[in-house]
Amino acid sequence: MRTTFVNTLKQLARNDKRIFLITADMGFSVFEDFREEFPDRFLNTGIAEQNTIGIAAGLAMSGKIVYVYSIIPFITMRCFEQIRLDLAYNNANVKLIGVGAGFTYGSMGSSHHAIEDISIMRSIPNMTVLCPGDPFETEELVKRSHEIPGPVYLRLGKNGEPTIHKNKNKINIGESINITEGDDLILITTSNTLELGKSWVDEWNLEGITVNLVSVPTIKPINQSSIIKLIDRNIPIITLEEHNIIGGLGSTISEIIAESGKGVKFRRMGINDVFSHYVGSAEFQRKKLNILQKPKKSWFLK
Amino acid sequence: METNFEKMIDLSRRIRIHVLNMVNDAQSSHIGASYSIVEILVILYSRILKIDPKNPCEVTRDKFILSKAHGSCALYAILAEFEFFPLDFLKKYFIDGGILPGHLDKESAPGIEHSMGSLGHGLPFGVGLAYANKIDQNKGQIYVLVGDGECNEGTIWESAMFAGHHKLDNLTLIIDYNKIQSFGRVDDIINLEPFGQKWTSFNWDVIEIDGHNFEQLINAFESKSKKPKVIIANTVKGKGVSFMENTLEWHYKSTNSEQYDSALKELKSK
Repeated sequence: MRTTFVNTLKQLARNDKRIFLITADMGFSVFEDFREEFPDRFLNTGIAEQNTIGIAAGLAMSGKIVYVYSIIPFITMRCFEQIRLDLAYNNANVKLIGVGAGFTYGSMGSSHHAIEDISIMRSIPNMTVLCPGDPFETEELVKRSHEIPGPVYLRLGKNGEPTIHKNKNKINIGESINITEGDDLILITTSNTLELGKSWVDEWNLEGITVNLVSVPTIKPINQSSIIKLIDRNIPIITLEEHNIIGGLGSTISEIIAESGKGVKFRRMGINDVFSHYVGSAEFQRKKLNILQKPKKSWFLK
Repeated sequence: METNFEKMIDLSRRIRIHVLNMVNDAQSSHIGASYSIVEILVILYSRILKIDPKNPCEVTRDKFILSKAHGSCALYAILAEFEFFPLDFLKKYFIDGGILPGHLDKESAPGIEHSMGSLGHGLPFGVGLAYANKIDQNKGQIYVLVGDGECNEGTIWESAMFAGHHKLDNLTLIIDYNKIQSFGRVDDIINLEPFGQKWTSFNWDVIEIDGHNFEQLINAFESKSKKPKVIIANTVKGKGVSFMENTLEWHYKSTNSEQYDSALKELKSK
C-alpha cells in the first residue's frame, strides 16, 4: 500500500503543481524518488508533528494541496488538537497519510500500534476517513483524496499486501464494495483486514459456505443506504477490523443498524479494548490476544 | 503611510473604548490581554501591513496572525476601524446570535486569516505561510503575535527551530511580554529569561522594545533582517486603565457599571 501511495502521488504531482509532500522525518527508502523529482515540493519538517500540522495548514492556506506522512500514532494522536483546529475547523486542504494500521508494526510495541485512529479521526467534523484494504483501493482513494477540497485521513497498512479486487471499477467516496457474493454470512471489513477476511471466505467456500464479503474503504462519509440494503438481507453480519472495538468500523455499522430499527444477528470483531504487551508480528498478536480468529460457522449457519 | 503620532494615539484610544464597550456589553473576559497589544496593532494596521480591506484575500497581501486569540476584541476593533467590516459588528461580539466569537473564527468576518483560540497554533501556521511565500516567490510578509505565557507551549519552540533553520526572513514574531499569564506571573510560573538569548540561540534576530512606544515599534518592524525576526514587546497588561494595569484579575473580570464609567472617563481623558 505504501509503494502504491507514493507512486500514485507522484503521478498526481506530475499533473498538479499544487501537490506538496511533507514528512515529519519518516519515509527512508520511500520518498527519495519523490524528493528528487519534486525538490521544491518536498519538505522534511523534522520530528515535530504538532508544528508539522501547523506548517501544513499554512501551506494549504497558501494554495497547496498538502500530503503529510508519518506512522499513524504520530500523525493522528501526537498532534490531534492541531488536526482538529488547524486542519478540520479551518477546512484546510491537507491529507494525513498514516502508515501502520493496527498491529502492522507488531513487534515494535504498543507505542507504534494503531488501534484508536479511526475512532478519533471520524469524530472530527469536516474530516474524511479513508481506509484502503489493498493496493487497488489505495490507488483509488489516493486519487479521490486529491479531489476532496478539505482534510482527509488515509490509513495505510504497510507494503506488499496482495491485490484482492478483481473488478477494478472506480471507487467512489462512501461506497462499500462487494468482493464476493454469498448467502450464509455478510462479512464487512475495512483497512488491513481485507486480506484476512478474504482468506476466511475462500476457506469457507471449500466447505460449500458462501459469504458476502464487503469492503468498506470509506469509513466517513459512509453511504448508509448501501449498508441498510445489507441489513435487509436478514442474514448474520460480522464486522472485521484491526482496530479497537470502540469507535471503528464495528461502531459505524452498529450505529446504522441501531437507527434502522431492524434487527439482525450482528457481531463486531476487533481489538477488545486492550493494549498488547506481547512481542511479535500482527499475526502473532492476533493469536495471543485471541482476536480476529476465524469465527465458528455454527455462529452464523442456521 | 501613517506617521502622525497624534492620530495613532487617538486611534489607540478609540480601540480601547471599543474593547471596553464590547467586554462590558458581553460581560466577557480578556480585556487586560486586549489592552496590552493595542499599540502593536495600531502600528501594524496603520503603517506596516500591506492589506487592502476591500480585497482582504489578495494573494500577495501581508498576513497577520493573532495567535493569542483571546485578545480578539482588540483585533475586531482595529479591523472595524480600518473598514474590513462595519463598526456595528462590534456590538455583535460574544452575545447570543452574535457575529464575532470570543476566539477567532475566520468564517465570522473579513480580515481574519485563520481560526484560532488554542495557544501555540499561530506560529506553526505562520511558518507554513512564510515557507509557502518563499517557494512561491511571493513578497508578502507574515506577522504573528503571541503571548508570553503562550511561549510555554512546545510548538513555539518547534517552529522557532524550523524558522531559524530555514532563515525565514519574511516572518516577524511579536511577543506581547506583559509578564502575566493565565494564573500568575510569568516569572513565577515558567520564567522565560534569558528570553532574548533563547531566540538568538535559535537563529532569530531579536529586538526588545517598549511595546507601547510607537517610535520603537516602527523602528523594530522596519529594521532589515536576514533571519526570522522576533520583537519582544515589553507591555503592560490592562494598559490604559489604571485600575486594570498589571493585574491578574483583569485577565478575567468584566466591568460593573461604576468600573465601566471610571474606565471610560480615564480613557477619554488621555
